Amino acid sequence: MNIHEYQARDLLAAAGVPVPRGAVARSPEEAESIARSLPCNSFVVKAQVHAGGRGKGHFQDGYKSGVHLVKTPHQVRDVASHMIGNTLITHQTGPEGKPVHAVLVGESTDIARELYLAIVLDRSSGCPVIVASQQGGVEIEAVAEKSPEAILREVIHPGLGLQPYQARKVSIFLGFPSTGLRAPCRLLHAAYRLFIEKDCSQVEINPLAVTKGGDVVALDAKLGFDDNALFRHKEIQELQDPSQEDPRDLAAAEHHLNYIGLEGNIGCMVNGAGLAMATLDLIQAAGGKPANFLDVGGGASEEMITAAFRLLQGDPAVKAILVNIFGGILKCDILAQGMVAACRTAPPRVPIIVRLQGTNVEAGRKILKESGLPLLPAEGLMEAADKAVAAAAGKKGK
Amino acid sequence: MSVLVDANTRLLVQGITGKSGSFHASACKEYGTQVVAGVTPARGGEKFEKTVPIFDTVSEAVAATKANASMIFVPPEFAADAILEAADAGIQLIVAITEGIPVMDMMRVRHALNEHSCVLIGPNCPGIITPGACKIGIMPGYIHRPGNVGVVSRSGTLTYEAVWQITSEGLGQSTCIGVGGDPIHGLTLQKAVEYLHADPDTKAIVMIGEIGGSEEEEAAEYIQSRVKKPVISFVAGATAPPGKRMGHAGAIISGGQGTAQAKIEALKKAGVHVAETLGDIGQEVVKALGK
Repeated sequence: MNIHEYQARDLLAAAGVPVPRGAVARSPEEAESIARSLPCNSFVVKAQVHAGGRGKGHFQDGYKSGVHLVKTPHQVRDVASHMIGNTLITHQTGPEGKPVHAVLVGESTDIARELYLAIVLDRSSGCPVIVASQQGGVEIEAVAEKSPEAILREVIHPGLGLQPYQARKVSIFLGFPSTGLRAPCRLLHAAYRLFIEKDCSQVEINPLAVTKGGDVVALDAKLGFDDNALFRHKEIQELQDPSQEDPRDLAAAEHHLNYIGLEGNIGCMVNGAGLAMATLDLIQAAGGKPANFLDVGGGASEEMITAAFRLLQGDPAVKAILVNIFGGILKCDILAQGMVAACRTAPPRVPIIVRLQGTNVEAGRKILKESGLPLLPAEGLMEAADKAVAAAAGKKGK
Repeated sequence: MSVLVDANTRLLVQGITGKSGSFHASACKEYGTQVVAGVTPARGGEKFEKTVPIFDTVSEAVAATKANASMIFVPPEFAADAILEAADAGIQLIVAITEGIPVMDMMRVRHALNEHSCVLIGPNCPGIITPGACKIGIMPGYIHRPGNVGVVSRSGTLTYEAVWQITSEGLGQSTCIGVGGDPIHGLTLQKAVEYLHADPDTKAIVMIGEIGGSEEEEAAEYIQSRVKKPVISFVAGATAPPGKRMGHAGAIISGGQGTAQAKIEALKKAGVHVAETLGDIGQEVVKALGK
């Protein structure tokens, strides 16, 4: 789960990580009054969307950049009035952009150095790891590629937690003088505590700035949360902003379907995450493009199948649907009944290719055949993908 | 011979009174697995299907029934505790089926298990089966057939696909292990390959991977230096969009090692027969066995 920058900023501040002064505004008036309350003569106004690349982005109406630096509270109001209610397009949002409902108004910071700091999970050791670099303000992947020696990875023992010597080691690597380790060490401990206490999947502070006055502050931060742990964090669940999510993803979440919207035109319905992934591979090997990843799970009910079908049918991009089921716990005849029921309530708009295998496969195929519905059966995996690609292109199956 | 489980395995089911727990305990029993006990706190003294005694704690169950393996269906919030309880009671094989355990919980469990000699399979996995002898998990039993192909996989339904293709080719399986799809889990692909390689009845090994992490690469290194048996592999997710699950800093840790392309390359370099598409696994096994 992702949250807005201002929410991440509030969580960091509450955990004891220093952040620049400022607050979130939902109207131009509010933005101006926040600016007036700040004791400074230069302000940053940042559009709040769930995407990176805001500074280089542009708005739907042509207004440039989602991050502005201005001198007066009046100008803050002017910038906010352009942003709020507008849609910001960046290289991460896709061409449709993301709606802006709020801006973060803050004091601008005189930066001496920009650093990179993150806490993530290291899968192979099964431990949290601190990732640090003096080359902040740019994407860490670029640093990793050009100069991997400029990155420190400090693995933390999950039972013992971050040790003081480790915080000193990271701080020294980040270029802090040995007489000035207290502030960065305190910040590291606070960020680590936040990572653990809120079940984060990621705490990324980029840039972590050293100001000309010598202070250390988190200028921008991205927090990610473990979806599996949200049940014990009501306060994090409440930070979710549906306006930033793909509406198809939201509809799927409502029915507990594991769905990811993609760019192509072949809708997929599969049981099992691995098989769903392999089905996307098959479609592309056959020369087509999938419209989605959709795992209905091992024990899908008739209601879930119906909901999944509606979702695919309701997506205007979808030109053909490929159903690929290996019946284990989910028996083929149950699936077939669900599909027939779904087709009765929402008649098929596009060709549907069905590949069934596994438990009660003969009974399942019989139900589909006798339903009189325009379903194209397939037995082999590649055969199914070929048929779906041909159908999406408007051709008859091979 | 087989790996980790056989006809002598004595199975205990944690969460046996829940919906999935009872359904699958029943299915395992029907398959022929010796289901000797169930554990559900506050339900001790009852019986499952009139024959299997239920206990409040794992240690009581072990003392009374000599159970040596556990299958866990406890809900995600309590699953980490259930794994630790099984390990503490001396269970040697713990199979955690539960999906959705918080990563932080598994991080602590994995470190705590360093102090025990037990093997953890999963979580978020289909389980383990030695066809005709013992099934611990949620896989459909009938698709399997006793034979000489060992299967290890990170995905449930992909395992079933592979097993089905092997069975359809007239071959069978020695033991099939699903290690699970969570980022932090117990038994790794490499360790599973080690077990299958050491098993005299396994003549070929099928390893099914997917994007994320670097277990396939680690297994590839081991295969290259140690494994004499033919290994057939398939990696799912060659066309998955990047960044959908992996965060920024996560990508740096895998450093190009999370992609299907990198995994396939590492496996090919290690002499593994990599199936081009999912439908080719059965054929590749036949070819590798030279039949």
